Amino acid sequence: MTTFILRRLLQTLVVIVILSYVCFGLMTLMPGDPVEMMISANPKISTEDIVRLREFYGLDQPVYKRYLTWVSDITSGDLGYSRTYRIPVTEMMGPSLRATFILSVTSLVFSLLVAIPLGIACALKPNSKLDYTINLFNFAGISLPSFWLGIVLIIIFAVKLGWLPAGGYQTTGMSYPSWWNEVLDKGKYLILPVVSLSIQSIGRFSRFVRSSMLESLRNDFIRTARAKGMSARVVIWRHAFRNALIPLVTIIAISFSSIFSGALITETLFAYPGVGRLIYSSIMGNDFNVAMISFVISVSMVLIMNLVADILYGVVDPRISYK
Amino acid sequence: MNPVVDVKDLETTFFLKSGPFRAVNRISYSINQAETLGIVGESGCGKSVTSFSLMRLIDRPGKVTHGQALLNGKDLFKLSEPEIESVRGGQMAMIFQEPMTALNPVLTIGFQMNEQIEKHLKLTKKDAKDRAIEMLQLVGIPSAAERYDNYSHQLSGGMRQRAMIAMALSCNPQFLIADEPTTALDVTIQAQILELFQNLQEKLKMSVQFITHDLGVISEVSDKVLVMYAGQMCETGPTQEVLTSPRHPYTAALIESRPQMGHRIDRLKTIEGSVPAPHELPVGCPFSNRCSRVKSECWTIKPAFVNITPTRKIACFNPL
Ligand SMILES: Nc1ncnc2c1ncn2[C@@H]1O[C@H](COP(=O)(O)OP(=O)(O)OP(=O)(O)O)[C@@H](O)[C@H]1O
Ligand SMILES: [Mg+2]
Repeated sequence: MTTFILRRLLQTLVVIVILSYVCFGLMTLMPGDPVEMMISANPKISTEDIVRLREFYGLDQPVYKRYLTWVSDITSGDLGYSRTYRIPVTEMMGPSLRATFILSVTSLVFSLLVAIPLGIACALKPNSKLDYTINLFNFAGISLPSFWLGIVLIIIFAVKLGWLPAGGYQTTGMSYPSWWNEVLDKGKYLILPVVSLSIQSIGRFSRFVRSSMLESLRNDFIRTARAKGMSARVVIWRHAFRNALIPLVTIIAISFSSIFSGALITETLFAYPGVGRLIYSSIMGNDFNVAMISFVISVSMVLIMNLVADILYGVVDPRISYK
Repeated sequence: MNPVVDVKDLETTFFLKSGPFRAVNRISYSINQAETLGIVGESGCGKSVTSFSLMRLIDRPGKVTHGQALLNGKDLFKLSEPEIESVRGGQMAMIFQEPMTALNPVLTIGFQMNEQIEKHLKLTKKDAKDRAIEMLQLVGIPSAAERYDNYSHQLSGGMRQRAMIAMALSCNPQFLIADEPTTALDVTIQAQILELFQNLQEKLKMSVQFITHDLGVISEVSDKVLVMYAGQMCETGPTQEVLTSPRHPYTAALIESRPQMGHRIDRLKTIEGSVPAPHELPVGCPFSNRCSRVKSECWTIKPAFVNITPTRKIACFNPL
């Protein structure tokens, strides 16, 4: 088991290095390096100065050398400065990452809480009216683009009804007497982004739950469990769902990365200060250091969740052993 | 003495798109304490459906449409869902045809035994575990305490069937249904399991409904036998009598079509044709289209199931 995890971690690391190198290369192709921005800010700058500045920033070096410098910097904990905000990247990343993480995890939990009962209800009465109705909504959920849904939600609940804030993270100037007030206030800002981010995964998950539950319920051991006198609840959850979970776990873990990347888009829509908005604004503002780190973190997240999927697979299925 | 199990006019229908299909058609039998009833018949004649009906495990589109099944005088079909749950696995247990798939692959053998024992015997976790290990030992599983923590994929087919038997017997059932418990196993294992079965039954004084299509097995384990054809009863009586002097042509055909020890024959006798599809069932006797002794009334009138001796019954106009 440990060697399996170590081997997979190593693979993951290699993929991150390759991808970040590619990304680094692409970034250098973007028009506008720091020196060019200085030139545009101060057109009177002399040619010698430009050469000196380029040397100073290492921009005269080939890409792979600059990449190596960058890697050795970040591995020693120096993430550089944001060019736009003039503060260390570490200070910006922390809160953004946390915000994105909260958004994605809430959305994942919410999707599962909704999708699992829906999927099971369908599987218990396949081809019933209930099944068809839920299926219809699932398809609608899967096919609606989440940014479009986000806009509709904002129009209805924020603009027309005024029940929920249209965007942001917390009420500005609000002070929190207790943690509970904080949760309540911030929760209000989470509702619309979470819903618009979750609709797709609800559709996807509940279809997966339905088919894997149907499969599971057809097994002989379900009849055995019933013949032992187990109640319907025990048969459904302990015997059927426990088995349906095996294929689900992988799908859920992999979906987390797609929720995470979905969150990046949703954030820009709801002006939610997470990594997504950071990436967007850093790329728009040519903020190289911020963009690179955000990118590396997003990629790592996807890869790590895949690893988690593999590990969980072994946990839920005793027939699999990692040797 | 009242029989432990008393089934009267059991009828189970599947309401299919093509129309209702009567898989079990008015079957009656009773089993006394410590007695074994063997049910035989070709594949598809309704043996399993009969058993599932008693266990109340028939799901839509199937339904028990007529009859009663008394277990110690209580009608199983009249019990509420929680009531039948407390009977299933407790007073009445069942062993299934397929040991390979009948156990849950993601739960340990011990866990699966425990949940049943805790429910029916109301034991604590600790006592339930002791009981489970004791049962595993009883069915001859070596190093039972270790097997307790195993998953089903870690056991061989024979071991799994033993574990299933241990599970079924764990709550002292008075009535045990064994649906072809040895069909999926190889011959030596089959013999071991059958022997185990007989020993346990003697020890525990259970009433057993033993289903098989192997007449050899029937003659070994059962006191009396019920021969079924297309969901209906053909013949019933004490096993030795029925097997040595069958009266119903179908029973006779079944006996003739099985290989005899020590006789070398070029070709086994087979029964012409096959079990008719439900919509092709003859109006009269269901066996009439394959019967060698068919008479004119067989085609139009259904023979009643009547006593020919105090212990034997058949449904035939032209018995042997
Ligand atoms: N769920 C179901 N839906 C429709 N028909 C069914 C269903 N279950 C059983 N049947 C039908 O009922 C009839 C009796 O089936 P059953 O399983 O009792 O046969 P069996 O005697 O146990 O055969 P075998 O020896 O192969 O186990 C068969 O014709 C079968 O097709
Ligand atoms: Mg069967």
